[in-house]
Amino acid sequence: MSTTTAAPVVAPRVETPFRRFVSEFAESRLALFGLLVFGAIALIAILAPFIAPQNPYDLAQLDIMDGRMEPGTVGGAGFTYWLGTDDQGRDMLSGIMYGLRISLLVGAGSAIIACIVGASLGMIAAYAGGRTDGAIMRLVDLQLSFPAILAALMILAFLGKGILNVVIALVVVEWAYYARTVRGSALVERRREYIEAAQCLALPTRRIIFRHLLPNCLPPLIVVATMQIARAIALEATLSFLGLGVPITEPSLGLLIANGYEYMLSGKYWISFYPGIALLVTIVSINLVGDQLRDVLNPRLKK
Amino acid sequence: MTVFLLRRLLQAGGVVLVMSLLVFVGVFAIGDPVEILISPEADQIERERAVKALGLDLPLWQQYLVFLGKALQGDLGRSFVFNEPALQLILQRMPATLELALGATLAALVIGLPLGLYAGLRPHSPVSRGIMATSILGFSLPTFWVGLMLIMVFAVQLGWLPSTGRGETVEILGTRWSFLTRDGLAHMAMPALNLALFKISLVIRLTRAGVRETMLMDYVKFARAKGLSPSRVTFVHVFKNILIPVVTVVGLEFGGTIAFSVVTESVFAWPGMGKLIIDSINVLDRPVMVAYLMIIVLLFITINLLVDITYSVLDPRVRLEGKS
Repeated sequence: MSTTTAAPVVAPRVETPFRRFVSEFAESRLALFGLLVFGAIALIAILAPFIAPQNPYDLAQLDIMDGRMEPGTVGGAGFTYWLGTDDQGRDMLSGIMYGLRISLLVGAGSAIIACIVGASLGMIAAYAGGRTDGAIMRLVDLQLSFPAILAALMILAFLGKGILNVVIALVVVEWAYYARTVRGSALVERRREYIEAAQCLALPTRRIIFRHLLPNCLPPLIVVATMQIARAIALEATLSFLGLGVPITEPSLGLLIANGYEYMLSGKYWISFYPGIALLVTIVSINLVGDQLRDVLNPRLKK
Repeated sequence: MTVFLLRRLLQAGGVVLVMSLLVFVGVFAIGDPVEILISPEADQIERERAVKALGLDLPLWQQYLVFLGKALQGDLGRSFVFNEPALQLILQRMPATLELALGATLAALVIGLPLGLYAGLRPHSPVSRGIMATSILGFSLPTFWVGLMLIMVFAVQLGWLPSTGRGETVEILGTRWSFLTRDGLAHMAMPALNLALFKISLVIRLTRAGVRETMLMDYVKFARAKGLSPSRVTFVHVFKNILIPVVTVVGLEFGGTIAFSVVTESVFAWPGMGKLIIDSINVLDRPVMVAYLMIIVLLFITINLLVDITYSVLDPRVRLEGKS
């Protein structure tokens, strides 16, 4: 703290770790672009009820006569369906905006919960060592040796459809990645001098773990979390496409794509095409940000 | 070695046991087994008789032992929908899935290796950058959506390939295969490519990284200094050495490919076991679900076991690790 307050007199722009991080991140135009696009998508998802031309789930606003209209058609209600309509006469643009909400909610929600669960277990494994470590890591190995899609499929087959169930399934298949990451970096960090110093000061274990160890394990955790959000969104879409994810009343992008499947064969491409593009742009933008984060936060790549 | 093998086998057996317990609890404790196993049309007397016959009045741990005993004899229940033994039903569909997965693996190697080789040899050329950018897309694209787009372009718009199904098959050794007929191959092209998408990206990246690393090795420098032609250096000295890790990873991925064929089979209505399990889940055909799960668990444990054994043969450190 004292160094940051003393320095400005000499140099107006102090190099704090955060600023260095920001400038290093901004070195990649592509990553900045990804961040911008993702920001826009998140904003659209949050503001959907205010900016969508139609509330796609208010049956009073739907006109079945407008069903399966091509993109750009002017509907009975007088406004243009820029991305066409689905079989119920729902405006696809509005459907996608609302679908994004569900997709992002499930993706980010499951990633955050999995992060908390996984990071805690990884931290416990690294700090406790011995049998606890062995037991937790065996579980991680078991989880990682089984493909995520199958594990999620089976959990949902038993639990049934529903947003909460999808989140549970995603947390179960994702926590292991966080646990492994955190354990790996915590094992390295806990041998450092500052942890030894904290232990010599007889600080409580909880304080050492949360205030000293955890913050220093954050960089790799952030990278994994970013990538896992993208993975969770894709996985949720896949599960919903297979008919095992979110219920029809709360369609995510994956379910919108699934709804268009049968019409695709008769050449009505837009019902599946545009939600897919939205999904693709979301996933790619998150991955671009994640790629750059990994490069910036990886100490091995530091010049 | 024998000790290591025995220990790994024991561990694998333990995992199978744990998974069977999980499956059992999942199916028989979460839902009401009476509703699951007995047809809803049965009346009260029939129902009670069935409960007795199926042993559902026994305590749960005894039921588990009965389930386990039957499973060991290959009896995993009968499908409600097809009224056939569930195990037999799945084994019937297995060749279609294996065929698709093998086709996808082959496609990944045939497409991925040359592209990765090129990108590794000329890392700074625009074409290589293009290849790498596309491979990122291969990791990001949702497979099922790409499948839909393939159908849209090649089946609906252009009409070159059939959209769904398995096409004409030929019977060999009692199972039907598509890859021996023209029609069958045409049906297989899109699903195999779709399933291969992720693996193509993987192979490109692995090959590229391998080539870039190997090119700096002393033996490559020596081969060049000896005056060997660049193509001989590339294809004999470099290529042979990167092939080992690539083939290993692709082999390891085979289980994942079978798992992921659930998605591809659903998109292209490919009649394999992945499509069967999705259909069974949708109609709550639980015996089939249980049988599928047990088969997949066995499959994965076998794959992992084989991998561990191969590694221990290749790298003695793996074997010795457990002893210290």
